Amino acid sequence: MIVPIIIRTLTLGGVYALLASGMSLIFGVAHIVNLAHTAFFMVGAYGMWFLMRQQGWGPIESILVTVVGVTLLGLLVYRVFLNRVRQHPQAILLITIAFALVFQELLLLGFGSHFRTAPALIPGSRLILGVRVTNQDLLVLGVVAVVMIVMWLVLKKTKLGIAIRATANDAEIANLMGISVPRTLLITMGIGTALAGVAAVLMAPLWVFYPYIWMSPLTMVLAIVVLGGLGSIKGSVIGAFIIALVETLVVFLLPQHGYMSTAFALLAMIIVLSVRPGGLFGTIFEEERL
Amino acid sequence: MLKRRLNDFRWSVLPIPGRLMAVIFFVFLFVFPLINDARYPLLIITLACIYAIFAVSWDLLSGYTGQVNFGHALFFGVGAYGSALLYKYLGLQPWATIPLGALIAALAGVVTCLPALRLRGPYLSLLTLAFPLLLSQVARAFPEVTGGYIGIRGLPALAASPIGRYYVCLIVMIVSVLIMWKLTDAGSKNVRTGLIFHAIREDEITARATGINTIRYKILAFAIGGFFGGIAGGLFGHILRTVGLGVFAISLSFQAIIWVVFGGIVSIYGPVIGVFVLYPLVELMQGTAIGEYRNLIMAVIVILILCFMPEGIAVRIRDKIERQCPRCKLSNAAWRRECRACSASLRHVADG
Repeated sequence: MIVPIIIRTLTLGGVYALLASGMSLIFGVAHIVNLAHTAFFMVGAYGMWFLMRQQGWGPIESILVTVVGVTLLGLLVYRVFLNRVRQHPQAILLITIAFALVFQELLLLGFGSHFRTAPALIPGSRLILGVRVTNQDLLVLGVVAVVMIVMWLVLKKTKLGIAIRATANDAEIANLMGISVPRTLLITMGIGTALAGVAAVLMAPLWVFYPYIWMSPLTMVLAIVVLGGLGSIKGSVIGAFIIALVETLVVFLLPQHGYMSTAFALLAMIIVLSVRPGGLFGTIFEEERL
Repeated sequence: MLKRRLNDFRWSVLPIPGRLMAVIFFVFLFVFPLINDARYPLLIITLACIYAIFAVSWDLLSGYTGQVNFGHALFFGVGAYGSALLYKYLGLQPWATIPLGALIAALAGVVTCLPALRLRGPYLSLLTLAFPLLLSQVARAFPEVTGGYIGIRGLPALAASPIGRYYVCLIVMIVSVLIMWKLTDAGSKNVRTGLIFHAIREDEITARATGINTIRYKILAFAIGGFFGGIAGGLFGHILRTVGLGVFAISLSFQAIIWVVFGGIVSIYGPVIGVFVLYPLVELMQGTAIGEYRNLIMAVIVILILCFMPEGIAVRIRDKIERQCPRCKLSNAAWRRECRACSASLRHVADG
């Protein structure tokens, strides 16, 4: 019983970590709470399904087209709409939820409300410690680890990473130091949605997708990001595994109340927020404290 | 007394197009059943009245006080379930269960705001988003009390005929909106809450520094918002005569926000107009060829309004047809050359 719980926690936590770190990055740098984040994820999964099942494309070109397509869609939405209302946090929340609804309705009109799932990228499964694990699950774990390390290296070591961190810290000063803030924000949005696209590529064969799928991971990802502290990538990765563990434990220990997993995840978030109002690793600026 | 009211009407309602339109609108709502007493249009306007209370209560809490609540359906749901359970277990009638259910919803508001008091901005919004989800899963976990998925059925009707139900909801709506309007009126001499809510939204620290106990007023705002949200929920349950898990839906919370933003945030009349324009429009679309696209159209409308008309459509129109006198701050019709009271020139006052 312990081994399946660990394996499920790791795969689920990996996907949540990809989604949550993208969302957290966008919030930390651009101060946008992107409620359409999991909707981009859903669009990506539909892209994989459409290209591989309907068009019969191979996995490599489907992956490339999906990730690039989702990223471009994110950049378009940011450049045309979000950029305009960036100064009003409430307007951002509303406009992103409206975009999620637009994607949902378009997918509903285009492909109907059927359950869809893409073919596995690496079919088959193997035994690990006496538990059967699909190869796709292992692929998810590997890719998540690689992506996280690459992102950490980019943020710590490259010039772009320094520009992103400087903008997150103080956009005005970053601007004075010769960093183009609008361009950095655009690139950050691109990275964030690309992470959602990668998560979509990985999960398209594992989850069952339908046009309302964005809602339940959204609440989980929000719980993770808030629990870890908005804007902290370390916090969202750790939060992702905490929430994944909570969800897995609920599913394994209370199988007849599996739907309660959201409730327990949200309860975990409320408890953390009551103790630390800025999340585990979030920063609250002195002037904002009350 | 009557003469004074008439004079008020003649001098401070007739010359201002916005107020005149409000009066015409309410008179129209009162005589509507005489013009058309078919069941379906009456039901739509009845529901629009209920949603108007709901949207205005969100505006009071989130627009005025600035505590942006993403889970307002919590109050709607608690009000609906509260009054339904009071009927189921105590056999009380709607005139008692709806106010009691609303009081329970106000209590729920106080309870939710306890963890929320320390949070602000997006943290607060996301925390409040969690509560209706939590409660709906709790309601689902105890099917013998709440009826689970199916909910509680067979609630008593508000009145015997559709017209009776229509007038009950209309009058409750007008009274509730008037109370909330008075509570948020920053210029009022008798009630301080309006000014204090504005102060908390604009700058909470300064409000504290001037000696306002902001915690107490935030709790009050949550309680008032919860109370009127609960009234809307209770009415809704007794109109449909059934209460299900749908009253906790995230979509209902966002629907309220969409109506308020469409009409105009921080303006009690904006949400009312938002509901009475958007809700019947969506219902009318349902039967037609574009019914399939109605959610898409709604979402696109929200995006366009937010990008190009962030102050809301009702506020925008009001700014177009009314102009404030620069000297005595009275509202005037936009086409007047001089202020109606002090005859200062209005020609150089900019739009809006």
